[in-house]
Amino acid sequence: MAKRTSRTGKKKPVEAQPAGEFVTIYVMGEAYQVPKELTIMKAMEYAGYRFIRGCGCRGGFCGACGTVYRTRDSYKLKVGLACQTVVEDGMYLTQIPFYPANKKEYDISQLQPDTQVLVRHYPELMRCIACNSCTKICPQDIDVMGYIQAAIRGDIARVADMSFDCIMCGLCASRCPAEIVHYNVALLARRLYGAKIAPRASHLVRRLEEINSGKFEPGLDRLTRMSEAELSRLYYQERDIEPE
Amino acid sequence: MYPPSMQESIRKLEATRQERIRQGKIPLLDAEAKKALLKSFHPDYIETSMRQLQVGPNKGDRTPHELADVLEAWPLVDPKRFDPARPKFTVDVLVIGGGGAGVAAALTAQENGARVLLVTKLRLGDANTMMAQGGIQAADKENDSPERHYLDVLGGGHFKNIPELARALVTDAPGIIAWLEELGVMFDKKPDGTMITIHGGGTSRKRMHACRDYTGAEIMRTLRDEFRNRRIEALEFCAALELLTDDQGACCGAAFVNLDTNELFTVRAKTVILATGGCGRLHIQGFPCTNHYGATADGLVLAYRAGARLVFIDTIQYHPTGVAYPEQIVGQLITEKVRGLGAHLVNVQGNRFIYELESRDITASAIIRECTERGNGVVTPTGRVGVWLDTPLIEILKGEGAVKKNLPAMYHQFARFGIYMDKEPILTYPTQHYQNGGILINDQGETGVKNLYAAGEVAGGIHGRNRLMGNSLLDILVFGRRAGRSAAEKSKTVSFDQTAGFHHLQKFQAELKTAGIPRDRCAPILFPEYRRPELQTPFVFAG
Repeated sequence: MAKRTSRTGKKKPVEAQPAGEFVTIYVMGEAYQVPKELTIMKAMEYAGYRFIRGCGCRGGFCGACGTVYRTRDSYKLKVGLACQTVVEDGMYLTQIPFYPANKKEYDISQLQPDTQVLVRHYPELMRCIACNSCTKICPQDIDVMGYIQAAIRGDIARVADMSFDCIMCGLCASRCPAEIVHYNVALLARRLYGAKIAPRASHLVRRLEEINSGKFEPGLDRLTRMSEAELSRLYYQERDIEPE
Repeated sequence: MYPPSMQESIRKLEATRQERIRQGKIPLLDAEAKKALLKSFHPDYIETSMRQLQVGPNKGDRTPHELADVLEAWPLVDPKRFDPARPKFTVDVLVIGGGGAGVAAALTAQENGARVLLVTKLRLGDANTMMAQGGIQAADKENDSPERHYLDVLGGGHFKNIPELARALVTDAPGIIAWLEELGVMFDKKPDGTMITIHGGGTSRKRMHACRDYTGAEIMRTLRDEFRNRRIEALEFCAALELLTDDQGACCGAAFVNLDTNELFTVRAKTVILATGGCGRLHIQGFPCTNHYGATADGLVLAYRAGARLVFIDTIQYHPTGVAYPEQIVGQLITEKVRGLGAHLVNVQGNRFIYELESRDITASAIIRECTERGNGVVTPTGRVGVWLDTPLIEILKGEGAVKKNLPAMYHQFARFGIYMDKEPILTYPTQHYQNGGILINDQGETGVKNLYAAGEVAGGIHGRNRLMGNSLLDILVFGRRAGRSAAEKSKTVSFDQTAGFHHLQKFQAELKTAGIPRDRCAPILFPEYRRPELQTPFVFAG
């Protein structure tokens, strides 16, 4: 592991650092001086950590880097994605490792999207005490408690729509006194909506019939045998483009 | 949020907005103009950025130094430390990689009767698939056809694509969308079920299907959920270090390290599917990148040593619009959908300089030219340059609220830094995005190494020298499904060979020795290195 400064000042900082440009963060209790404009993830790398867990897309999409922190002299627990949250002076950081979560197994093709299906799979939904801890902790600003209430009412479409931005970081489940795994409830709702409630695309069905009947094979045979010059002529001279 | 120097340019952009709306679409470049633009400004054409490989099946071919460094490298661990006679797992089909291609391959292989094990370096689903925002192409509308899709794919790839692969891609596309629809992927649809589709760069029909701007995430989380429902075995946080081969050179498993415990182990398999993704995190030519943390070309390295030929390794895709400001998210993707929705590319003076939906290599080259030769870039406080994407224009063209509705992920990402893209433009510059080439496969996903298959970004030939938006989410599923099916079928005809080992390494190591490759250059690298040089230490198991 890297050289580092400890809170007790046993080791020196590895580099002389210009004043005013740096803040102090604490990772698992160890103090580090890091440039103030870095995200938590980049600051920890600057401090010498090499991520294996707790690092994924680095772009706010995968939910791998949920981080809990608090600042000095505050009792409040704050959260953020390490790849998106900028460090603050005096930040005490903890990476959340894998969080065990309940997920029901199902065959989506056999499920009926009735009002009881979510509660049947996740009966703990009914234990929701509407404390709003889930919403308060969500780094995606999703109204988590709102969609859990919709799930209790059996409104699958509403759960699917409200939860769409969920990146499944699991922070909601980490705080829930009713031990609901919100993101898995939401995923079931979205899959039910996509498979069973949203109307199917009829043009897709027609196109599949055409493909299966071999309608496009002669045309594709011709195209795949074409020389670069012939293809180029078709592409640049004969290809019409659908207006925007 | 923008510093005053940048705000001045924003005012110029606002002043030209009405005129730009009246102007409408800028004409497309013709073939000659495109060629000239690429030759002068595309990073692939910088002679000194590449070198000829000295070892392996592609000896003599040119590739970027960063990729050559891992292809011409020594094994990470001593093969003698593994005992292939005592595998930890024995399965029919081994899938390496837990992104879209790997999970699609595993689902399909299982459907075809194989006992499957999936092993992945990070978490199941941690992959570039999760980050794909814009959409997935498929010719399923009345005015479209697989033939049209094929011609667009070939034109985008500069007519160098391998025809059988491009054909498989476009023919399977509607079936892939139907499969996803059945699994419950929430596509953007009209109330009657019609898919809402838009243009992407280089498309002649609106065939981009989307799930808001979480298309890849929505597909990945659905596939992953299905994977878990089917109880397919998976190991997470285990990185592949080497393939296993028998004395005939056929692939028969792989060697791994458990990243938490440093345990080294092998998996024996009748067939192996590599679905490890691309090379984005090698940071070719020092570009920032849009890719996932794990995209370090591991699969290319492993397959290359085992004798698989690679194709189009001299061409990398630079996405035209990476974030250029704020500094914290530099290099991250601004989906092409933003331009598909009508946002203009505008220089420091407030003027347009290229049609926004030219293919990616053309648009990227035009932005580089604007910022370098023409000196029309907007300079950020840290000295980066970029051009504007006039995103408030989307609100004017598509109605108030259109940005938040169509680009919620993107809106959120900028709002975190106090930039509201429905009110202010965003600054952009090309960023490394995709490896156009990869392991040569046939239309069943087979590589040149017996019993070794490849799917997804690690495979090459489908997109020729440049990929169009929306064809990689398609490609991972088309070839993931095909590789899964053919690997499962093949596994029924293969019996376990007692000679399993690292036979391929002897020849490769002899070549390395002859070429004088330094012993301390080892691959796969598994993770990019972002620690300061003085804090860097090697992996414990490396040695």
